[in-house]
Amino acid sequence: MASETTRLTLAALARVEGEGRLAFTVRDGQVEAAELNIYEPPRFFESFLRGRDFREPPDITSRICGICPVAYQVSACNALEDACGVDLEQPIRDLRRLLYCGEWIASHALHIYFLHAPDFLGVADAVELARIARPDIERGLALKRAGNAVLEQLGGRAVHPVNVRLGGFYRTPTVSELRPLAEQLRRALDDALATVRWVAGFEFPDAEIDCDLLALVQPDRYAIEGGRLSTASGTTFTASEFDDHVKEHQVRHSTALHARLDGRAYLAGPLARYSLGSASLSETARQAATDAGLGSRCANPFRSIVVRAVETVYAVDEALRLIGQYERPEHPYVEAEPRSAVGGGVSEAPRGVLYHRYELDTDGRILSATIIPPTSQNQAAIEDDLRSTLGANLELTDTELTGLCERTIRNYDPCISCATHFLDLTIDRR
Amino acid sequence: MTGVLVGVGNEYRRDDGVGPAVARAIRRLHLPGVRVAIVEGDVSALLDTWEDADLVVIVDAVVCRPPQPGRIHRGAAPSTLGSAQPTSSHGLGITAALALAAALGREPRRAVVYAVEADDLGYGIGLSPAVSAALPVVIASVAAEIRVSAKTRRPDSH
Repeated sequence: MASETTRLTLAALARVEGEGRLAFTVRDGQVEAAELNIYEPPRFFESFLRGRDFREPPDITSRICGICPVAYQVSACNALEDACGVDLEQPIRDLRRLLYCGEWIASHALHIYFLHAPDFLGVADAVELARIARPDIERGLALKRAGNAVLEQLGGRAVHPVNVRLGGFYRTPTVSELRPLAEQLRRALDDALATVRWVAGFEFPDAEIDCDLLALVQPDRYAIEGGRLSTASGTTFTASEFDDHVKEHQVRHSTALHARLDGRAYLAGPLARYSLGSASLSETARQAATDAGLGSRCANPFRSIVVRAVETVYAVDEALRLIGQYERPEHPYVEAEPRSAVGGGVSEAPRGVLYHRYELDTDGRILSATIIPPTSQNQAAIEDDLRSTLGANLELTDTELTGLCERTIRNYDPCISCATHFLDLTIDRR
Repeated sequence: MTGVLVGVGNEYRRDDGVGPAVARAIRRLHLPGVRVAIVEGDVSALLDTWEDADLVVIVDAVVCRPPQPGRIHRGAAPSTLGSAQPTSSHGLGITAALALAAALGREPRRAVVYAVEADDLGYGIGLSPAVSAALPVVIASVAAEIRVSAKTRRPDSH
């Protein structure tokens, strides 16, 4: 093998979008401040989308995240189609939903098995987990592969799909092309149900979030690719009214903007979706949730792993339903004509509501773009949780606290959660 | 002999595209018995790329301290990557992928990593001058590595 024995100090591998810093100030045994600093790429994209053609955002914004590119594509399409007054035919909507199911399956499988489960099983990471629970990790890989297969078939490839366009798709699959996918998904459904049983057996600390919830709802199905915004406090509004309710503001300690819902901290993501929409799950997913001990709502952030597993069952089940009823649309897309308008669009990224807003001129040039990802929406709620967690555990060492805080953060699956030691913790004890 | 060349990285993050750039160049050489894959970091995709491979050569960008952009490090994985900590938000990194493969009994028979020190990991396409200058060297080294390995193993395959 290699004769070279150079030892390197590598600060980082190259994909550097995930980085978290957490600073606490403790005075007289009380936590005064918990400040989480998350690096947030969408800000850059908002700037360089200005002046671009209105057909470009689905491809450009999909580059923001390698795990949820479909979410960015679909929210961008929803916003731009809203601006252009485009109404999609149901078969195209269904295909978009099917593509999105693939992303949910792949993203949830990654988080459940490779990022979150080690926290419950007393191992450092997925590699250690693989040594003691190989069949489980193999099941996680098979699920991830099934999600990737949906993305590849409909999107052209698993990461940063290229087949999505404003008004639909560049090409729609034939019925026979989806047949092998259905076979793989039928096996994946067994794996997804086994996943729910597996995570339901974990031990969960008692905890309950104390904030409002925000998720999309649809009257006849669990919301994924679109829907009406709904809150636990009883408000409902449309994507075009998002700006009236959700306000972003700058905080001194972070480059990411914080968002508040009607002046309050709030949570988006699996717990919000499930608590506001569990009645819309398929029978199979609902039964899996009941068997796992979930009620009609779930407020324990540690149990979010069970909710993600139930959502994975739903996504597989829903993908099978959509493939079962699929007939190839006559046209793969609806042509969108530009006009001077503003459009808002939302969809349920695996981590929660993702909002896009575009202002166009008459030629379809983008005058302004706003992208509010779930991680920045959840940041205030995560900080609240960290503050109370830390306050209850101040007797721990800084190393122990770092581990506890990382675990607390991972419950929310933000865009910093995968690195084993991702957190740079500073505690100012005065 | 089945050899696999995996270029890891995101072509839209400047020097992170060095792995894919090498992969495309190797693909154009049409080396016999060599599969070429481009992976953006997805761990399950990485594991699948080297299924049944005798040799896997992985090319990725790295950041080092102190930095020397364009410097090429070659070694047996995962030792090449030393104490590297992945900072990606959702990719587990090559070190973790290889360790995971080993834990699952799915490691490649032989793995070599070429790590190229990045200069610019900002948004956009195109490599920095330092990494561009290193590119032909990496391509030639990787091609030679695969050819030598093929020759070495040929008697076994008869």
